[in-house]
Amino acid sequence: MVGLEEYRAIVGDEVIEELRLLSEKLSGTVVQNINSTAVGGGVAEILHRMVPLLKELGIDARWNVMKGGERFFEVTKKFHNALHGAAVDLSEKDFSTFLETTQQNLQEISLSDDIIFVHDPQPVAMIKGRKRSKARWIWRCHIDLSAPDGRVWSFIRSFVAQYDASVFTAPSFARVLPIRRYLIAPSIDPLSEKNKELSESAIELVLRKYDINQEKPIVAQISRFDRLKDPLGVIEAYRLVKRRIDCQLVLAGGGAADDPEGEKVLREVEGEAESDRDIHVLPLPSGSDLEINALQRAAAVVVQKSIKEGFGLTVSEALWKGKPVVASAVGGMPLQINHGNTGLLSHSVEGAAYHIRKLLRDKEFAERLGRNGREHVRQNFLLTRHLKDYLLLFLLAGHHQENLYL
Amino acid sequence: MEPFRFYTRFILPEYTGKKAINIMELAEGIREVPDSSIYYHTHNFLQEHHYLTPEPPSDFAHWVGEVLLEASLGECLAGIDTCDFSSIPLLRQAILKTIEDYLAKGPPLREAPGGMEFYFIKANLVVAQTRYTATNLQEFLEALRKVGICSIYFHLFEARLRLGREKNDFSHWIADSVGDEELANEISSLNPYTYTLENLREALIGLVEERVKG
Repeated sequence: MVGLEEYRAIVGDEVIEELRLLSEKLSGTVVQNINSTAVGGGVAEILHRMVPLLKELGIDARWNVMKGGERFFEVTKKFHNALHGAAVDLSEKDFSTFLETTQQNLQEISLSDDIIFVHDPQPVAMIKGRKRSKARWIWRCHIDLSAPDGRVWSFIRSFVAQYDASVFTAPSFARVLPIRRYLIAPSIDPLSEKNKELSESAIELVLRKYDINQEKPIVAQISRFDRLKDPLGVIEAYRLVKRRIDCQLVLAGGGAADDPEGEKVLREVEGEAESDRDIHVLPLPSGSDLEINALQRAAAVVVQKSIKEGFGLTVSEALWKGKPVVASAVGGMPLQINHGNTGLLSHSVEGAAYHIRKLLRDKEFAERLGRNGREHVRQNFLLTRHLKDYLLLFLLAGHHQENLYL
Repeated sequence: MEPFRFYTRFILPEYTGKKAINIMELAEGIREVPDSSIYYHTHNFLQEHHYLTPEPPSDFAHWVGEVLLEASLGECLAGIDTCDFSSIPLLRQAILKTIEDYLAKGPPLREAPGGMEFYFIKANLVVAQTRYTATNLQEFLEALRKVGICSIYFHLFEARLRLGREKNDFSHWIADSVGDEELANEISSLNPYTYTLENLREALIGLVEERVKG
């Protein structure tokens, strides 16, 4: 397991010292995380890294995973889709299954007395056990609630309103609530397989594996084959660029195997790319983090031309590798890209093409954006910043004043 | 001599629940949000992008200029020199007056496109003492080289504007405890908004070093 000291060379002494300074005030505090899955998904991924680091800092971080049967997870999947605004068919039985499973978990999980940190909607009703402990309860919402289904949100909200505080990724993702709404952006781990430094030979190996020309500039979008990621729009933009500058396009991503819609999109993309040997469509299996890392590093320009996006951490991944990025001005991407300083934002196929062309032609400008982008991520979107925000949250949650003197 | 204790500060942002899609709503929000929100939006860019060129715009100026494309108002808002104000209420008044003067010339036409609204955020502040202290200028100089940039930020920006102290903490200690009024004034007259934070550290070190070497 990676320890805190290993981040020192990347983030500097100051950041590590700050983490130690804050954690002194929380020494021995029990922070009990509750979520609904031990593996897979962003939340579990974050907890796997965060819990050991919190422990190293002297915080008694614990992690309970909710248990539930197939029915429960079918219901929570429906809730998840409904909270993202999809029309779903829900019965009274679905709501009672949700509550019954929560009740069973409340009988099995003992609740600590310091901080209970509940992640996402699945375990939200655990707050029903509030009277059993003196803990401060925090609800961490990792999803975008900007346009939820009214019935499901009103059900979930009745529980959220009982918490002491909530946390959202961005203000645009939040709903009206009677409790405080802190803002904590997600992060990338610079030491993970997907983001760690790679040697030139490791990158070359991956390029050879996928038969990608190493001499011609690469424009890449590394993202699921999903309509909302607009892979066909990326091809259109690439074609506009290609009329003036010889380059190749890499469209790589996972998620097609278990998603019928994804499979369909992949076929359409492959059909569209068929006639052009310079377009590489690469459906990657899960666990391809090293390949993703290498493809991002090999690119001259990284694109994220999504129509709708969550936070869009692929942008931070590319910026961290010092790449100039062209991203749509949607979701959390404008938070990562300050147009003209840390990357370029586009609003159309033509705009994306124009920006890509500029970056391929003007190497100095591209390098400057990449340099600034990497620094922006170093300051704002690495795991250590996320850890610092969590420590601040644990210190502030439950206090009414704005300023806290330790 | 009273030692100088270096503090540092951390910020956890919080959504106020207010947002704006046009200049009128922006003005309404600026009138109503707490001081900590005005502080956040006039200093956030400096913190988040402190490695970029100095004198960055406030979030208000950036949004009005880049999203609403009201270039002249954006420019006027960017031109407000935060250093001229001794308190957040005065800074708030100046921002509002600039917007109201602009609105008096005619109604603005533009609204922010979907997803580009202005969200009012406020800053929750956590202040902690670092392990650095100084009992004379030499020790002060050594600490200046080592403390985190947020500590320098706290004593120069936050202490004066947000916590309402008359002058920055460094000048206060140097004048009252070290008794060097001249150096205190030199530090006071630095406009911290015209430096990147690391350049600001260098400028401070330069001034104190000159005095120590004497």
